[in-house]
Amino acid sequence: MKITGAELIMKILLEHGVDTVFGYPGGTALVIYDELYKYRDKITHVLTAHEQGAAHAADGYARATGKTGVAFATSGPGATNLVTGIATAYMDSIPTVFITANVGNSLIGRDAFQEVCITGITFPITKHNYFVNKKEDLADALRNAFRVANEGRKGPVLVDITKDVTAAMVEYQPAEMLPLKKISIQNEETKIEKFARYINKAQRPVMFIGGGVLASGASGKVKELMEKADIPVVSSLMGLGCMPSAEERYLGMIGMHGSYAANKAISEADMILTIGSRFSDRVALNPESFGKKAKILQIDIDKSEINKNVYVSESIVGDCKDALEMILPQVDSAQHREWIAEIMDWNRQHPMAVKNNGTGPNPQDIIEFMCDNTDRETIFVTDVGQHQMWAAQYVKQTNPRNFISSGGLGTMGFGYGAAIGAQMGNPDKRVIHVTGDGSLHMNLQEACTAVSQNLPIITVIFNNRVLGMVYQWQTAFYDHRYSQTTPERKTDFVKLIEAFGGTGFKADSKEEFEEAFCKALKAEGPVWIDCRIAIDDKVLPMIPNGKTIDDMLFE
Amino acid sequence: MKKEVVSIYVDNKANVLTRIVSLYGRRGFNIDSLTVSATNNPDISRITVVFEGDNLTLHQIVSQTEKLEVVRSIKTLDSKKSFFRELLMVKVAADKEKRREIKEITDIYRAKIISLEKETMVLELTGSPEKLDAFLKILEDYDIVDICRTGVTGIEK
Repeated sequence: MKITGAELIMKILLEHGVDTVFGYPGGTALVIYDELYKYRDKITHVLTAHEQGAAHAADGYARATGKTGVAFATSGPGATNLVTGIATAYMDSIPTVFITANVGNSLIGRDAFQEVCITGITFPITKHNYFVNKKEDLADALRNAFRVANEGRKGPVLVDITKDVTAAMVEYQPAEMLPLKKISIQNEETKIEKFARYINKAQRPVMFIGGGVLASGASGKVKELMEKADIPVVSSLMGLGCMPSAEERYLGMIGMHGSYAANKAISEADMILTIGSRFSDRVALNPESFGKKAKILQIDIDKSEINKNVYVSESIVGDCKDALEMILPQVDSAQHREWIAEIMDWNRQHPMAVKNNGTGPNPQDIIEFMCDNTDRETIFVTDVGQHQMWAAQYVKQTNPRNFISSGGLGTMGFGYGAAIGAQMGNPDKRVIHVTGDGSLHMNLQEACTAVSQNLPIITVIFNNRVLGMVYQWQTAFYDHRYSQTTPERKTDFVKLIEAFGGTGFKADSKEEFEEAFCKALKAEGPVWIDCRIAIDDKVLPMIPNGKTIDDMLFE
Repeated sequence: MKKEVVSIYVDNKANVLTRIVSLYGRRGFNIDSLTVSATNNPDISRITVVFEGDNLTLHQIVSQTEKLEVVRSIKTLDSKKSFFRELLMVKVAADKEKRREIKEITDIYRAKIISLEKETMVLELTGSPEKLDAFLKILEDYDIVDICRTGVTGIEK
């Protein structure tokens, strides 16, 4: 069957179960968008205000649903506007496919209008990219893009297609999704036995989980192992959501803003089973002293993560869930009550709490109220900064994929687009976008998208009128020299969201916030709540860069 | 620190070298030399990389390279089981008096004189990198005008 290249794109998207894409049209993408018009019953296209929003939306959609996120953009600035979103997805290993149109092949390399070499620009931030300027290569490139995005360690793939290829008549043969190559766990028997032996021998064991647990759907297995061998669990930012926060043995986040108990458990453990984490510098602030008293075991699907940041005693390269399934039968039922009691004691010594440093609602109260007044399925999406860390510390996670945050790249402006993606993928769930006044200013134009799509996303702005995280560092380490962190903006967020066509509330106190939030839950379309928190509220505790738990700051 | 030679089989497609070099650049891997050559399969090229580093660096280079979609296979060449060759051309200032001495050295190393001008000679030598180094060391006594080396390529027995 002969169809246009553009129609081939639609067919292959449908082959992969894609029914929602995010994007923005343009000159070179006209043929693709013309075809999209014909396929509008089968594929929903969400027009964002800016391509960066589309990239974050595709990413948020993928994080919230586990499916592949897809975004379209035109050539030149359309393509370059995706870059921050692609890099965000790359750093957090999120399966995404970005499809860009380029100028016609006869114009390539001539600095044509809106021509840019987006494949060259995205080499370092994609798992792979394809430049398609021959119509016979198109089907293979698209099908492989979905394979590469989901195979092994997941991540973004970009397919750049010249305009002439989108218009050319190409042969279409329906096909199944390409099979994903499984990484077989090497040296299985002995490795698995060794892991089980170390786990059985441990007196002070800890499990440390990261984003790989989400990616492989292994949280059930982690729970099983935790219960069977009575092992406390700590998490990186990317692993949040895998464990219900109400679980006694779950100690929350470790690292720079992790709890004292969780970090202390890592430093006092005699065995750390690391599952799907890459020991980033925000977790292992001082890699040499990370888990110094422990045998460190690591399971990761990416061989290059073994011994990259922290040197480990033993490792298994493979899917986290597969590995845990193999280890579990060899693990003895055990009790580590004394060890857990010791950890609980550390928790009592330094409990997690935000101390009020002025007037305004307390960030912790805001988050706890939201958790207590929404159901378990609620998805929290954050931007980057203080509000992100407060959310990571106090959101009561109950399900995997319900805490969405830009971890590796730390992209301010990620939140609104990602929340739109999460809501499009989960029309029946409540989506709460937790942001700061700094982050929101970066991509607030996506309010128009939330209005167009009538998405009931509640944006909760932790508005301290400063760029809080940098401000906090300037307070602590730069002798109160507030260089460019006090912008003196006069933005009226209530009027602003009203101008976009949404609803806004202002909250100067805990009571005002609670009232506004309850109204927001009943509102139609997007709602912003401008919470005027105190300038000097801090994210604590904190371990400074390169330091250890002994240097933890509590105020 | 030791030298390692890594042989990479890649798809013979546009931009493959850029992908490899971009990876090494951003990860901060320091490369001594890199050569690209054809294989008996026109769809596959061979890239031979020489670098200096410890085992952890080697593991990083190999496992990061392996992840690239265009890489079909990669292996570290075992120096005991492999041949390494490099080609050197060196231009030496040589007037009438020096010519005979240089010719003697050239013969001992089984190098070739590929150009003879009034004031200069160009010598060519193929061999292991160590042999080339030794040859250059001897030539240090003379006035070397220019040197070029291809970088190492290697094959297993």
